[in-house]
Amino acid sequence: MNVEVNGPRIMFRIPILDGIPVTETVVNMWIIMAAIVLACIWLTHGLKVKPTSKKQIVVETLVGMAVGFVESTMGKKFRHWTPYITALFSLSIISSLSSLVGMRPPTADLSVTLAWALLTFVLIQGMKFKTNGFLGYFKSFTEPVVFITPINIVGEIATPISMSFRHFGNIGAGMVITSLVYGALGALSSLVLGAIPNSFIASIPIFQLGLPAFLSIYFDLLTSFLQAYIFCMLTMVYVSNASEE
Amino acid sequence: MERALILAASAIGAGLAMIAGIGPGIGQGYAAGKAAEAVGRQPEAKGTVTSTMLFGCAVAESTGIYGLVIALILLFANPLIKLL
Repeated sequence: MNVEVNGPRIMFRIPILDGIPVTETVVNMWIIMAAIVLACIWLTHGLKVKPTSKKQIVVETLVGMAVGFVESTMGKKFRHWTPYITALFSLSIISSLSSLVGMRPPTADLSVTLAWALLTFVLIQGMKFKTNGFLGYFKSFTEPVVFITPINIVGEIATPISMSFRHFGNIGAGMVITSLVYGALGALSSLVLGAIPNSFIASIPIFQLGLPAFLSIYFDLLTSFLQAYIFCMLTMVYVSNASEE
Repeated sequence: MERALILAASAIGAGLAMIAGIGPGIGQGYAAGKAAEAVGRQPEAKGTVTSTMLFGCAVAESTGIYGLVIALILLFANPLIKLL
């Protein structure tokens, strides 16, 4: 039984500054980004004012759903946030679902989710700055009383940490548990079939066939969708809260 | 010897860290029970109740996820081994 749970492999190094490592995460992310860009180009190609193709009706439904999702959570005046939230959602869900085709999901790497969470953090702080002004921004930390300031600052910093850990933890744990069960099923089948003297039959990992798919329904499909939804939802809630006085 | 001691202690620590799973388990079960009650009382609000429950469950999960992250660090990226 050989189960390997490692961090992302280093694919190659960029030969400047004694070799910047480019990991599997980054390469997979490039593939996913290219796929999303190509899908967007194909979907928006040849749109007409009066839709004649089924493709355009599907695209319009998707855009309508995205706009409705943002407007129902953040309110009508935040309608222009739809592209950002939709980009985040599609990147997150396709990254997590990429494990279904055998790639290492980029969201199982803390650096990816931490980068997204830091973007959210910058947006929250920027929105607070914009709403309250320079003095009001710093004054908002001393509310309701002055000596609670450290707790407020820790609370602000905890937001990106908890968001990134939640996304990373769910996808990463799914990956670890799936590979452990996969290894265990292989060991079980070699144990059961090892009683057969024929070495060819004994080497068939019969239990690995099909059974991990049921686990994958929960860990890949449900968790991926839920985490993408939660991440976007939290971003929207935090940003629209920050825009209130 | 010291290495073996650290590895054994890390494995025990990872197991202990996963006790954090109790809290989210109780919390999510409670949330799901309340959601079931709400759907029973108002079946027409099933969509809103379900999405609110999923959102709340995922937020309540974070403490368990912290424990999981500690366990994963102890098992796969142990910082204590490097102190030797």
